[in-house]
Amino acid sequence: MTPMTTRAALLAFCLFLPFQSFGGAALPTAPEVPRDALQEGAELFVNECQTCHGLSFVRFGQLAELGFSEKEIAEKLLAGAPGEFMRVAAKRDDQKRWFGVAPPDLSLTVRAHASSEGSGADWLYAYLRSFRRDDASPTGWNNDVFTKVAMPHVLWRMQDATNPEEGAADALSPEDYDRRVATLVGFLAWAGDPHAALRKRVGIGVVAFLLVFSALAYALKREYWRDITGDRRQETGGR
Amino acid sequence: MNLKTMRAGKYRSNGGFFGDCIEWLDARLPLSAFWRKHFSEYLVPKNLNFWYFFGSIALVVLLMQIVTGIFLAMSYQPDATPNADGIPVAFASVEYIMRDVNWGWLIRTTHSTGASAFFFVVYLHIFRCMLYGSYRKPRELLWIVGVVIFYALMAEAFTGYVLPWGQMSFWAAQVITDLASAFPFFGTALADWVRGDFSVGGATLGRFFALHVVALPLALILLVVLHLVALREVGSNNPDGFEAQKRVNVEGTLLDGVSFHPYYTVKEVFALSVFLLVFFSLVFFAPEGGGYFLETENFLPADPLKTPEYIKPLWYFTPFYSMLRAMTRPLLGVDAKLLGVLAMNGAVGVLVFLPWLDRAPVRSIRHRGPVFKVMLSLFVASFLTLGFLGAKPPEYVLWGAIPGAPIARAATFFYYFYFLAMPWWSKIDLCAQETQAA
Repeated sequence: MTPMTTRAALLAFCLFLPFQSFGGAALPTAPEVPRDALQEGAELFVNECQTCHGLSFVRFGQLAELGFSEKEIAEKLLAGAPGEFMRVAAKRDDQKRWFGVAPPDLSLTVRAHASSEGSGADWLYAYLRSFRRDDASPTGWNNDVFTKVAMPHVLWRMQDATNPEEGAADALSPEDYDRRVATLVGFLAWAGDPHAALRKRVGIGVVAFLLVFSALAYALKREYWRDITGDRRQETGGR
Repeated sequence: MNLKTMRAGKYRSNGGFFGDCIEWLDARLPLSAFWRKHFSEYLVPKNLNFWYFFGSIALVVLLMQIVTGIFLAMSYQPDATPNADGIPVAFASVEYIMRDVNWGWLIRTTHSTGASAFFFVVYLHIFRCMLYGSYRKPRELLWIVGVVIFYALMAEAFTGYVLPWGQMSFWAAQVITDLASAFPFFGTALADWVRGDFSVGGATLGRFFALHVVALPLALILLVVLHLVALREVGSNNPDGFEAQKRVNVEGTLLDGVSFHPYYTVKEVFALSVFLLVFFSLVFFAPEGGGYFLETENFLPADPLKTPEYIKPLWYFTPFYSMLRAMTRPLLGVDAKLLGVLAMNGAVGVLVFLPWLDRAPVRSIRHRGPVFKVMLSLFVASFLTLGFLGAKPPEYVLWGAIPGAPIARAATFFYYFYFLAMPWWSKIDLCAQETQAA
């Protein structure tokens, strides 16, 4: 390696150094959810979460991107017009009166919870699986990932571990519960960054173009600089 | 455009429509003279290496920020009042751009990643000057204008950072505007005047928007033009540090120089394409940059009632933030907070005096002795350490053993020692004779 390329390599290394995470207790990674399973997460959100939490930046019409038909959006998800936002029906002031704090909007919750411990999806996946009964808390629930959380365990019926009825009809096995939660997490991750798939697709094209362009620019530069570096004279026999 | 016809003076058309248009324009404007003066006959040392690319890349990033900024300003609303969902209108308008404006996500992430890229490029550009002594006579004014540009850039970045009105935007604005209150007598009044209110609020957002989109970009453009005019007057320095302008042949042309166009235009197009490759890889595949370009806390809307656990600036301000926090005890009757503010501002201010602090007989690191090399390495190490610690809470402990606070204080001390003791250590250094390139 020439000193120049060594220096360039060192520079590139230093550039990427800050992106390495050093240590930190890692959260378990949220499982990847295939695109069509996100529909399940969307339905779960509408049925279980939307009573209190809004997705005030997501329009019902956008759900078509997850493969829902217009009819499904209207019937399964009880939506208004496609251009309407997925807001909460309750008024914020009422919510404040009922719960003490208005439940936060969840449009960006996945992006807001990324940390050195894991992605926002990892956090949410761990959070929704970490509720336990706690008689000392006002709701009767506590959470190991988010201690003293104001929200009760809304999905308690689904989770076998938290459903007190032995063999309750709607309780899922631990594996099935985790899988359902993963679809919900996947849906909220999509809601936080709905253009992510498009962004990556366009990005591949842009990077491919710039690679070809850089190669051509380098060839052009070399051709011109032969005048200066004297390679041309050597090639043509010293003329 | 044919170079030969241009050299002859005014442009002569070859009879075609396009040529006629150029001839008509050139007869009325100094087009070909400008092209000759600044491109085809502007001579640049031929031994410039990759460190010299960052100036032109910074110019391209500035243009990119202006163009993306114009489109963002079309949909952004500097309004701190909550909407029906309790989210500040300013925050919601940024999300509107990210989701509903066609290609808004691309425009916004290019702008936010561009801010980080701007500082990355400018830091390397400044470091180049320190490596090769580019600030030395006759380039003092070029250097000082550059320092003022850096100040303006910091103000531009800070005001822009506040606009999305997220948690970190709000609390960073609170911390930074509160620094003005450190000054005795008029401090509190000054802070209120800067904010337009007794605490950060809608008035602050409105004025920061005006500064970010009108006042500071105008100042930046004017300063950059001045920077370039000064550069054209004194010419580029080079890695060997010799005065390339001095060696001329009998016809009076520069022996060590080549014309800017085509030699450096082709070289810089290549450098730029490599930069864009890295830049757009980040924009498309890591727009948040792992929290370094877009902080996770800033995805939460501003809440004046909820102070975040740690308030820290983005990576490019952390070295200076570290210096602010390093001052924890009063000195000579000046209280700690004011000392911190002075240390932080002085860190950039001291750069203005660099041309006169450096007493070495040569410019470039290639001819300077071991003292310079050791001092510069320690300077870089202390700057990076300050940057690292500035992103951590003040009580951070390195490797679980060494407390960060005294390290930050020592690094701040060394940062100043490097500059203030330079007249001494640059003089005792053993320098080699400056040689002319073959």
